[in-house]
Amino acid sequence: MRTELLAAAGSIEQMERYIEAGANAVLIGEARFGMRLPGNIPEDRIAEAIDRAHRAGAKAYVSVNKLFRNSELPALPGYLKRLAEAKADAVVFGDPAVLLNVREAAPELPLHWNAEMTGTNSATSAYWGRRGAVRSVLARELNEEEILDLKGRSGMEIQVQVHGMTNIYHSQRNLLQSYMDHLGREARLVEQGPDRGRFLVEAERPEEKLPVYEDENGTHVMSADDIALLEALPELLNARVDSLYIETLLKPESYNLTAIRIYRQAIEAWERDPEGYECLEEWLDALHGQQPSDRELSFGFLYKEQVY
Amino acid sequence: MNGTIERTANGGKGKRYRLDKPELLAPAGSLEKLKIAVHYGADAVYIGGQKYGLRSNADNFSFEEMREGVEFAARYGAKVFVATNIYAHQEDLEGIEEYLRRLEEVGISAIIAADPIIVETAMRVAPGLEVHLSTQQSTMNWQAVDYWKQEGLPRVVLARETSMEEIREMKERVDIELEVFIHGAMCSSVSGRCVLSNHFTDRDSNRGGCCQSCRWKYDLHEGGVSVMEEGDNPFTMGSKDLCMIKHVPDLIEAGVDSFKIEGRMKSIHYVASVVNAYRQAIDSYMADPQRYELNPAWVEEIGKAANRPLNTGFFYSTPGAEEHIYEAEEKPAPYDFAALVLDYDESTGIATVQQRSPFRPGMEVEFFGPGGRSFKQKLGELTDEQGNPLDAARHPLQAIKLRTDHPVERLDLMRKRIM
Repeated sequence: MRTELLAAAGSIEQMERYIEAGANAVLIGEARFGMRLPGNIPEDRIAEAIDRAHRAGAKAYVSVNKLFRNSELPALPGYLKRLAEAKADAVVFGDPAVLLNVREAAPELPLHWNAEMTGTNSATSAYWGRRGAVRSVLARELNEEEILDLKGRSGMEIQVQVHGMTNIYHSQRNLLQSYMDHLGREARLVEQGPDRGRFLVEAERPEEKLPVYEDENGTHVMSADDIALLEALPELLNARVDSLYIETLLKPESYNLTAIRIYRQAIEAWERDPEGYECLEEWLDALHGQQPSDRELSFGFLYKEQVY
Repeated sequence: MNGTIERTANGGKGKRYRLDKPELLAPAGSLEKLKIAVHYGADAVYIGGQKYGLRSNADNFSFEEMREGVEFAARYGAKVFVATNIYAHQEDLEGIEEYLRRLEEVGISAIIAADPIIVETAMRVAPGLEVHLSTQQSTMNWQAVDYWKQEGLPRVVLARETSMEEIREMKERVDIELEVFIHGAMCSSVSGRCVLSNHFTDRDSNRGGCCQSCRWKYDLHEGGVSVMEEGDNPFTMGSKDLCMIKHVPDLIEAGVDSFKIEGRMKSIHYVASVVNAYRQAIDSYMADPQRYELNPAWVEEIGKAANRPLNTGFFYSTPGAEEHIYEAEEKPAPYDFAALVLDYDESTGIATVQQRSPFRPGMEVEFFGPGGRSFKQKLGELTDEQGNPLDAARHPLQAIKLRTDHPVERLDLMRKRIM
């Protein structure tokens, strides 16, 4: 089996370009059901999107990973049925309400458990596995030892983010709008949605720019650095990590296409000859070459020890 | 407590009242705070043990202290819960079974857990412990509540984003106890969904390392330039503190089973004041719902210990500009805890108190105790235990004798105005 390289896509056309570049799975959906997607593919086009992904030879996962309110629950059964009929390859969830709805409305839909920063140990992954999930999406705050250990113990498919920014704070408050209102700048009503070029800079860390945006799901703060685990790929592949995820949010499409191509090349090179595999300078140069100067490429938490 | 709601006739208006009393649940960061919280009227307290809690800096309980706390609480008919609400990493899980069994053995009534593996493990190895789902799971819809009910949990602590209307619907649809934060500091993030602290300082907020980065000051840039102009306050995510003292009937009528006060790191003075106020409000409503009136003294009582501006969170609407703290830093509470009453001699009118912060003759102080008893007076002569006059009570924990204008009781508090 080819190792999965997964990328989130914001439109059907973009999805096809990402598949063309080497993604063999795509994450799609819309903000009514999924959080922090690079764009919305509305419910009435989701079946077409899934079909076109399949025809291009890729799997299509649909994000239903938000935390739902009472008033949003009635839309779930219809949406999930539609996804099941369209043969979505999985639904990504964090809220247990989605699990109950899948059991009820579309039991054939495979489930990927993604509780963002709270997916931190194998036993909890296995817990959701016993409740029906086939895959666990790991918190980005785990180190390599924890990732490898988790893969060994959980008995589930494991998805690890290898490139791009990570969400580090999510609020259901409209913090940007509130701040603008506080400043009394009525004219500057906050435009919603990602990619509005807004950053937070903490007083004592002037070099770190944290992208921030507001949408119908609240306020999202993203990491000041982009993770790039290309150089750690052999360890992840050796451990049989099932899916490598490229976060495309808040990046130009050209940037994402390059990242997808390079990770695909690296995966293929490793698969051809794991023993003789070498991380090529030209791949690293291409990743570093397109990286904005004010955003560091880092290993994230891969080699970190955290305290508490 | 089974959470039943009864509809009773009320002149045909259909307004509903509850027949069972909600629980008042208070934080207890230490054995002494536990005793004060229970003495001032908490029906249950929640504490942290040496491991698995989210306050790694707090003065957490040993098993021995837990046992003592459980025994003390039992004398008042109160229960003790333990927060085991981390999101565990692999290394944390070692020893968890033994830990949970010990909690059961020392008489803990319930654990508050977020990580499903801790939930499941507790149900398996320590069936005598109730498992309450922590707010860290951010449960904010009735089907998610129903999921945990189906998993066998008797209680869910709701997400702090839940509105009063949503709580009402959950209660109508699912037969389970709902615990709701009604007072104290709040994460502005969805609980558990914040790793600012991990990113800035390598301290894991979901394992008790939170360094409160949401309350730091930030500059907001737009199109490469700061939106701040001269004199503008910086951006922050810091929320005002929650205070629902003016809305106790709404909470009771919505079906909230447990009123939870935040603050295991807060002082004795804070816990006593806040518990005192809510205890009176709940008792007053339950005694006669139709004639319930908010007593301004309860609001004032809370104000004496509050160090941040207050609001009503998500109960009535999504918090906006007024609900966040952009202005100055938090202010110290207007009153400070000065002494704890150890004993009172009715025949002489002399109280023995334990010093907690300096005071001296002539100072204006207030004594208060459970049930809203309070009076102000000017301090007269102070002596040590042997009767030697003192010009001031300077030494922490020193026993001091002084005359009070009215009778006081053991565990009453004496506070002094500081601003």
